[in-house]
Amino acid sequence: MSGYLESQLIILCLNVIYAYGIFLPAASGQLNLGAAGFITIGAYASAWFNASGVPMYLAIPAAMVFAATIGFVIAFPILRTRGVYMVLATFAFAEVVAGLIINLEFLGAAAGYPVDSHADYLVVVPVTILVVLLCFFLMSTRLGLAMRSIHDDEAVATLFGVDVRLAKVAAFTLGAALMSLGGALYAHHYNYIETQTFNVLVSIYILLYVLLGGTQTAWGPLVGAAFFTIVPEALRQIATASGQAWIAESRFIFFGAIIVLMMVFRPEGLVTRTLIDRIAMPFGGRSGPAPAPGAA
Amino acid sequence: MADDVLSIEGLHKSFGGLKVIDDVGFAVKRGSRTALIGPNGAGKTTVFNLLTGVYPVDGGTMVLDGRDITRVPAKDRVIFGMSRSFQNIRLMPHLSTVENVMLGQHARARRLGDLLYPLGFRPRNRWATAAKEALEEAGLETYPGQVVANLPYGVQKRIEVVRAMVSQPRLLLLDEPAAGLNQVEAQQLLALLEKVSESGVTLLVVEHDMHFVHNLCDHVAVLNFGKKIFEGTPAEVNDDPLVREAYLGSDTSMAGRGAAEGAADAS
Repeated sequence: MSGYLESQLIILCLNVIYAYGIFLPAASGQLNLGAAGFITIGAYASAWFNASGVPMYLAIPAAMVFAATIGFVIAFPILRTRGVYMVLATFAFAEVVAGLIINLEFLGAAAGYPVDSHADYLVVVPVTILVVLLCFFLMSTRLGLAMRSIHDDEAVATLFGVDVRLAKVAAFTLGAALMSLGGALYAHHYNYIETQTFNVLVSIYILLYVLLGGTQTAWGPLVGAAFFTIVPEALRQIATASGQAWIAESRFIFFGAIIVLMMVFRPEGLVTRTLIDRIAMPFGGRSGPAPAPGAA
Repeated sequence: MADDVLSIEGLHKSFGGLKVIDDVGFAVKRGSRTALIGPNGAGKTTVFNLLTGVYPVDGGTMVLDGRDITRVPAKDRVIFGMSRSFQNIRLMPHLSTVENVMLGQHARARRLGDLLYPLGFRPRNRWATAAKEALEEAGLETYPGQVVANLPYGVQKRIEVVRAMVSQPRLLLLDEPAAGLNQVEAQQLLALLEKVSESGVTLLVVEHDMHFVHNLCDHVAVLNFGKKIFEGTPAEVNDDPLVREAYLGSDTSMAGRGAAEGAADAS
């Protein structure tokens, strides 16, 4: 595999993992703009464990447990907020994390932090596939059904016996664990981390992947992250190949226009439940519990 | 009493200074089809919301099948054998018909093993099969995989009843089930509710359509301004002077029997 393709593949994998971390809370109706915070925690925790002598394959799960614990604890106050206030609360959390680490000398403070063990694409790609499979599985379970119900109507879900708070905390905590996994893989792949890498723009992009990809099915974050990782690169490649420098220079204008058009024409995301049904129909029903009418 | 599936005593609820429910008490006999009627704003839906735990009560007790549920959290009440439909349809718009019905099963599937059971990966699992059977029994087998948002109103109303029924309640609360239905749809719903009642489930129905109440119910309680003003059979309710006054006002020149019925139907 060429170096260029490998680097793009790694970026794609990391974006997909981050996106699923934001997707899990989003599927149950919570907007989380704190991705950078959990990514930072995962990256620094795994790097620090690794530097303290823990081998990488133990340091990464340990970092995930650490981040999930933090996610679990802050889930209770944060889930009391709703809508735009939850966006602000999670954003503030990410800023606090960045502010803390930039002042911690033993983590390199503003100078950044070198990471010992290296993880190449032979680690990153299989882990990403596992994450995708796990999320598809989770969304197909009764817990997934409960999360989607909460997204649609919290009060009614409660009356049918769904423990709304438990489901929301579980989604938020699992999301935190996945984002920290992405952060840890980032740290071990690039072997150097600094807080400025995981800034608010990262959080915004990941939330965009999920919202524009669609929060109704597990396909949404996969398609969203892939689309937003591949399209800008593809535009740059086209520009280089055709010698039309203006395409490369104005590709972000095209890209912005695509985002606006998607919001106008696919307000519920690129991949919706209805779209999956329509694609699955000719094959006698989707993988879900419901066969297409006529097939039953 | 042993054959009461629900008994309410001295129920109170205020929103700010407004007494919405003021010392309401009544009992619902096991196997009965009881109607709860009253003019707009009488507090009927509030009674339902207190019963299901949407609001906490200010006073009084609610006993469901011998168990005091007054302080039980909303999410646990369905386990005690009570389920409901809603005044405005509140199906989950992004879920399919079968998935909506499977949500109704949640009360019976709250263990960790059930929560992590992959409903979606195995189309013929027992939960999905049971949900499809419940839909078939209600004559709704044509729409299993469709997202409910696009289905006709009358069909959605019946899906709500099926969803409530799969939690296996002993008491089914129906909040204006016939509102907005045309004649045919109301007949289909009536047939479904009679089937439900014959299976041994007690019905408590809030309804404005007096024809529907006469056709379905065998017992009526009337609320007005948060107080119970009448309890008896549907045949007696139109003759009661307090009920007439509640619907028509106290001007006796207006209070012909036909007018009383007309007003009850129109409201």
